[in-house]
Amino acid sequence: MTTTSDILARLRELASKRFGDKAADLDADVDFFEALGIDSLQALDLLTDLEEAFDVEVPDYELADVTTFAGLAAVLEDRL
Amino acid sequence: MELAGEALSWTHRGDALEVALHRGPTNEIGTVMLRELEGLVRYLEDGAGGARALILHSTLASGFCAGADLRELQAGITERTDRRKAQVSAVAERLPSPVRGLATRAARRVGKHLVRREISQFIDRIHAVFDALDRAPLLTIAVVHGPVFGGGFELALTADLIVAEKSARFCFPELRLGIIPGFGGIPRLERELGNAMTRDLLLTGRSLGARRAAELGLVAQVVSRDKGLDSARRVAAQAARFDAEVVAQAKAFLKHVPRQRLDAEKRQFLRMVTEDRVEAALTDFVARTDVRPYLP
Repeated sequence: MTTTSDILARLRELASKRFGDKAADLDADVDFFEALGIDSLQALDLLTDLEEAFDVEVPDYELADVTTFAGLAAVLEDRL
Repeated sequence: MELAGEALSWTHRGDALEVALHRGPTNEIGTVMLRELEGLVRYLEDGAGGARALILHSTLASGFCAGADLRELQAGITERTDRRKAQVSAVAERLPSPVRGLATRAARRVGKHLVRREISQFIDRIHAVFDALDRAPLLTIAVVHGPVFGGGFELALTADLIVAEKSARFCFPELRLGIIPGFGGIPRLERELGNAMTRDLLLTGRSLGARRAAELGLVAQVVSRDKGLDSARRVAAQAARFDAEVVAQAKAFLKHVPRQRLDAEKRQFLRMVTEDRVEAALTDFVARTDVRPYLP
């Protein structure tokens, strides 16, 4: 079974691949858009990464108010 | 023949005619793109220099195509509305006050009518181009990456095959602006996927990744980043092994143009596009400072 901490570890790994080492140490409750300076196009890329890595489909609107890794993990957990 | 335009260029490579879109920020479809697409259609109608396949792709890192040029649309509406208001104000000042309000309201209706007529002409031209691409007698391949949104999605849907790089995301965000797709996207998506999926995408405005799009049958191949054009070239080379007339006949049999639904979509779009809420949504869109405000 995939735990929340597994998901968070994977998220940090994916984000650091795309946005650099800074993402690897980011606190789960920090606004990653702000911390990593992600624009809307990069957010779309991240969504594609997530869908591929976790083998799920996540509608954009589920992520509309999600700005932290903890929030992302919660959305993914519902679909795993 | 080769062409280097402002919005697109084409060149022959092997048996394929390769059409590259390259108008920033993300190949928005406005009057320049439309004019050059019309040139492409004329070239296709003249035999496309003997090409056996057409490959449509974007050379911009930002994506395939983000849809209609909404900034140009908004500027056009504002310019015409302001001009009409100025004309009416000049006349209304000379009218007695009870009649002034009536004259202003009448002018607003006339202004809307003019905007609608102009958009209608643009939509007619777009439909003519997209219909021609849809039924072109050679194999057509759209190579997509990044945003394939709105009018860009509609353009890709005219192709016989879509080769998607992993980064591609398909989306119809039109409802956010108070409109439906107007370039023939709904009937063509229904043709490819059926009405249930079309409703999901339209009524939620969500985007669809390349892998899911392939599972649904919308996309023929999913390939790695920057590998789409190479894959499309191999598809084109394969198609060129078959007799051109046989390909044309097979395609005409396999791929129907949903004429009635296309006309119905056009009428519905034109009814919606001149509503006040669309003007307000477009104004809001243009005022936004995001790099790419059309993204979800």
